[in-house]
Amino acid sequence: MIRTIIIDDEPLAREIIKEYLQSFPNISVVAECNDGFEGVKAIMHHRPDLIFLDIQMPKINGFEMLELVEQAPAVIFTTAFDEFAIKAFENNAVDYLLKPFSKERFEKAIRKWLDNRDAGNEKTTQALLEQAGESPLQSQRIVVKTGNRIRIIPANNIQYLEAADDYVKIHTSEGAFLKNKTMSFFEKTLNAQQFVRTHRSYIINIQLIHRIDPYEKESYLAILTTGAQVPVSKSGYMRLKTVLGI
Amino acid sequence: MHSSPLATIKNKLLFVACWLAWALLFVWLLYHWGYNWQASLVDMLASNALLAITSLFLINSLRYYRPGKSKYLYMLTVCAGITALWNSVIYFGVRPLVEYDVEYHQFLVKSMAVRYFIALLITGCITLMSELWYALQEQKETEIRRAEAEKLARDAELYNLRRQLQPHFLFNSLNSISALVHSRPEEARKMIQQLSDFLRGTLKKEENQWTSLADELDHVQLYLEIEKVRFGYRLHTEIVADDASGNCRIPHMLLQPVVENAIKFGLYDTTESVTIRIIARLEDNYLTLTVQNPFDPHTSSPRQGTGFGLSSVQRRLYLLFSRSDLLETNATNNLFTTTIKIPQL
Repeated sequence: MIRTIIIDDEPLAREIIKEYLQSFPNISVVAECNDGFEGVKAIMHHRPDLIFLDIQMPKINGFEMLELVEQAPAVIFTTAFDEFAIKAFENNAVDYLLKPFSKERFEKAIRKWLDNRDAGNEKTTQALLEQAGESPLQSQRIVVKTGNRIRIIPANNIQYLEAADDYVKIHTSEGAFLKNKTMSFFEKTLNAQQFVRTHRSYIINIQLIHRIDPYEKESYLAILTTGAQVPVSKSGYMRLKTVLGI
Repeated sequence: MHSSPLATIKNKLLFVACWLAWALLFVWLLYHWGYNWQASLVDMLASNALLAITSLFLINSLRYYRPGKSKYLYMLTVCAGITALWNSVIYFGVRPLVEYDVEYHQFLVKSMAVRYFIALLITGCITLMSELWYALQEQKETEIRRAEAEKLARDAELYNLRRQLQPHFLFNSLNSISALVHSRPEEARKMIQQLSDFLRGTLKKEENQWTSLADELDHVQLYLEIEKVRFGYRLHTEIVADDASGNCRIPHMLLQPVVENAIKFGLYDTTESVTIRIIARLEDNYLTLTVQNPFDPHTSSPRQGTGFGLSSVQRRLYLLFSRSDLLETNATNNLFTTTIKIPQL
């Protein structure tokens, strides 16, 4: 039996997927979710094989929700209109359904998934999320999960980012949060005029720089207004100078 | 400012060359008539140089001040006056230079009247030509401005069309209909009807026209009804309009973007049950419209002032009434309130 979850904030949009799924008796819907928060919980709880995921939803969008799920299941995206998302889908050869979609189109997507099952799905999902992160909305905030709580951190609240093994530690005024992403991801997605990679392991919010002191040979130390001290390498110092215009 | 006909170096050289040729032509003519060529050279160079300067003055004055259409008599009078001035300068300034040659001096005095009319003909022609030149320039500039204005209007119209059609809203509504067709065909038909009426209202090309509040509210209501089908279980609306306000005038499609904004932040970005409130009142000859929606301060941060992208409404009110105090927004206790005041004439 294939287990699936439908995540969409519109009841009728979920209804049509359930209706179309009636032609697939071996697929059962184990949960329906109204938003990304419910989606994360349901995925953790049910561990489905496949999810149908809407992009535009309240609070956090479909991509942000996927970021919060470890070992994401296979996804068939559904969206009405989102130029950015569609571009991301096309670049990453991910199957998606444009609402309103026909039964034939829906069945084609399911068959395609059944045929390709377990064929490196995870990699395409990661690449897709990397690109989706560059959308204007997502570059202004970072969504993190601590225990069972989901937090949305506005970019302005970020003090600096620090590499921590497979994670990135996000330092904010409300404490530090871990996110399973790479430094280069944040370097690419966050506003380059505000966030500068000053070191292999650090990205800082330049609005909070209090002063920059020399430190050891050819390296520096940025002192933030919060008192935090962040290392600045030689090349990081050059980048910092370009952005600050000095 | 129009460019002068003498703006290019080529035209400047041509101007000087023509005057020089004109002066030398007369020297040659007078020489053939038997006059002293030195005296005629001095006379002709001085007189024509002065006339050239007079022409320059006329060309440039017209550049800064043009008397207006069909004031040719006025221009002729100015030319006559300026030419007379030129004549007297010749009589008192140039004449003494040739006094040593009695014969030439006599010729000069006799030819004063003829000189006057030739000079008047020249200044008249130059004035007319400049006037035509500047008129042509003005026409070209008007043309360019009109083309620019038309382009702006086209862009604005396209932008409006795109904004009004709201692809996200449209495709999601169609998706809802697609779901209803199977389970509740009657409701599907009703929704198709509502969506059609809504789109028809949107496509009405009456951006600059006024409509009654009752009509505008009907349009908004259609929109809200469609959203209720999509989000039925959690969208509630309250529309309160006092009796006096029903006949009030309101610019077509002014309320709609405000309500869409309320839906965007009140409904699309929340997960709970929400109430969107629209209140219309007539107060001191102002139609006051208040739209209220809840919002989540964690995911969307309303800025004070124009708030959630209501700048197009603000701009329209400004264009209509030259006032920027007719739109107000306020965010307190997770409730966002937009107030518009429309002066009733």
